[in-house]
Amino acid sequence: MTGRGLGFYLLLAPLVLWLGLLIILPHIDMAIVSLRTRVAPREYVPSLDNYAAFITEPLYIVTFLRTAIMSVLATVITLIIAFPISYYIAKIAKGRSQAALFLMCLIPFWVSELVRTFGWIILLRETGVISGFLQWLGLADQPIEMLYNDAAMMLGLVYTSMLFMVVPLTTTLESLDDAVIEAGYDLGGSGFSVLREIVIPHAMPGIVSGCIVVFMLSLGNYLTPTMLGGKGSLWFTELIYSQFIVRFNWELGAAFGFCLLGASSLIVWSILRLTGQTLERTMGEGK
Amino acid sequence: MTKTQYLAATALALVLAAPASAETLRLLTWGGYAPDAVIDKFEEATGHTVEVTLSNNEEMIAKLRATGGGGFDLAQPSQDRIAGPQREFGIYKPFDMSKIETGLFIPSMLESTKTNTTVDGEVYGLPDIWGTSGLIVNAAEAGDVKDYTDLCNEELKGKVSYRLKRPTLIGFAFAMGMDPFAAYEDEAAYKDILDKVEAKLIECKPIVKAYWGGGDELLNFMRSGEAVASMAWDTGGWKLNADNPDINFVAPTSGALGWVDTFALPAQGRADQAAYDWINFVMQPEIAAMVTESAGNFTASKGADEFVNDTLKAQYQASFPPEAVDNIRWYPPVPATLERIEGEALDRIQSAK
Repeated sequence: MTGRGLGFYLLLAPLVLWLGLLIILPHIDMAIVSLRTRVAPREYVPSLDNYAAFITEPLYIVTFLRTAIMSVLATVITLIIAFPISYYIAKIAKGRSQAALFLMCLIPFWVSELVRTFGWIILLRETGVISGFLQWLGLADQPIEMLYNDAAMMLGLVYTSMLFMVVPLTTTLESLDDAVIEAGYDLGGSGFSVLREIVIPHAMPGIVSGCIVVFMLSLGNYLTPTMLGGKGSLWFTELIYSQFIVRFNWELGAAFGFCLLGASSLIVWSILRLTGQTLERTMGEGK
Repeated sequence: MTKTQYLAATALALVLAAPASAETLRLLTWGGYAPDAVIDKFEEATGHTVEVTLSNNEEMIAKLRATGGGGFDLAQPSQDRIAGPQREFGIYKPFDMSKIETGLFIPSMLESTKTNTTVDGEVYGLPDIWGTSGLIVNAAEAGDVKDYTDLCNEELKGKVSYRLKRPTLIGFAFAMGMDPFAAYEDEAAYKDILDKVEAKLIECKPIVKAYWGGGDELLNFMRSGEAVASMAWDTGGWKLNADNPDINFVAPTSGALGWVDTFALPAQGRADQAAYDWINFVMQPEIAAMVTESAGNFTASKGADEFVNDTLKAQYQASFPPEAVDNIRWYPPVPATLERIEGEALDRIQSAK
């Protein structure tokens, strides 16, 4: 132990243990499971059948693409809604009201995701609050079902991940000096050109890190699509769950897991490339 | 006696008095199968303690498979789901029948369960609670629903719910005039039946409001009137009947589907004695009647129905006239390969537009 003290290794130990035992080992095990196929009871042979099944069965590919596209859409909607909110909190609200607004964004996250989703079910169901209110107003003559469709699911996804967009955006926007924005106007910039040339470039690390987190959360979400989604909206995580738990087909489930991991890594990498950001920059300056 | 000696003697006495049989029974079961009152009596009578984990068929098997049959001392899967997983994963250990008071069981039910759960000459399951699944119908609004296929009636659009699991496939197959149980041994014939059921269920999809996932979700649909007809268990119908007399369980004309939930010993269970004690304890008629009042379903305990309250008896007789009881189709053990074919069909139905 020359050069580095005991303290260095003691600090390193939790990280190595966490990575090794909880992330790397299980993944190696899953990789092995995904690369075998059942030939007879308790007899397995190594093969690529599971990945072949993923590629050749249209159902799996369609569900997979649908999940990825819907997650990107959820991320974009979250960004569009969260940006003005964060800008207001960071730049326009002052002092106590700033803290209060930030807290109000945070409060829904003190209860579990399950409870939040149930809240939406109570509001949207056929005998629910909104449907009843519309009938009371006379705008509807019979109960309206607003649950169990893609729009309800999208609403749930955006709501669930809103905070994870607002926090990084607010912190990056706060670090932007007001004088810079004023200088932009002084130099004859319009509101739009100031936003496009000063605010957004400055907030870019926050936008990218927020988008990455929201995208990952949506793609891997199980609860919201299951509870709010309709009879036709199958989410890829539901497919993985059913392979593991309902069909006892761990091999195919593990292969699906790796396909999801590969796809999410690919999409995050492309977001970074498209926006010209690096992971170090978004993780470092974003905070 | 000095204080130390006294303490040592007490400690020794405690160690000796705690008989070898005082164990912790980790029970993996369904909601209502192990009511607190029964657990208290059992703990008092035997000195064992009981820890209950609630689950369902698929999760029980998945949990036991993940640990190689460890983590629990007694599980309660359905009788048709024992032989297949046992052959595949070896998650159970056989019963020592000499430790079971077989006289407590209804003989015919005990024999048929033993036959269905026998693998390589060893018995892996004993019957505990039985019931049926069929239809729950709100007679005021959907009185015409008599069989599973009636759930596709155009006038019920958006008012029907069932779940996407194997009982639905089986029920529709019977209602469409086929016999899936007879085709269990013939994979090609079974696939043929499933293809027809799949086409029918996809055709019916616009009628369905939502596929329900948990029993409470379904009870909620029916109670609020958002759904007027559904596929479900008998007890769900009886529960709803207590709130709204229009709603009741209806045994379908093609036959209700009968299930038996069993006792099975996980392969690496550590408290076998406690497990045997529990089985012999809850099979006593008075105790079994307590379980029936909590779970709503009747047990395989001989003579227990005499101790059950009159409401349950009346509801049972209303839903099951004698000919409907004879018409019950009991699930035979399901071969593992068929479950895979069923899974693919269910996935295709769910993702169909």
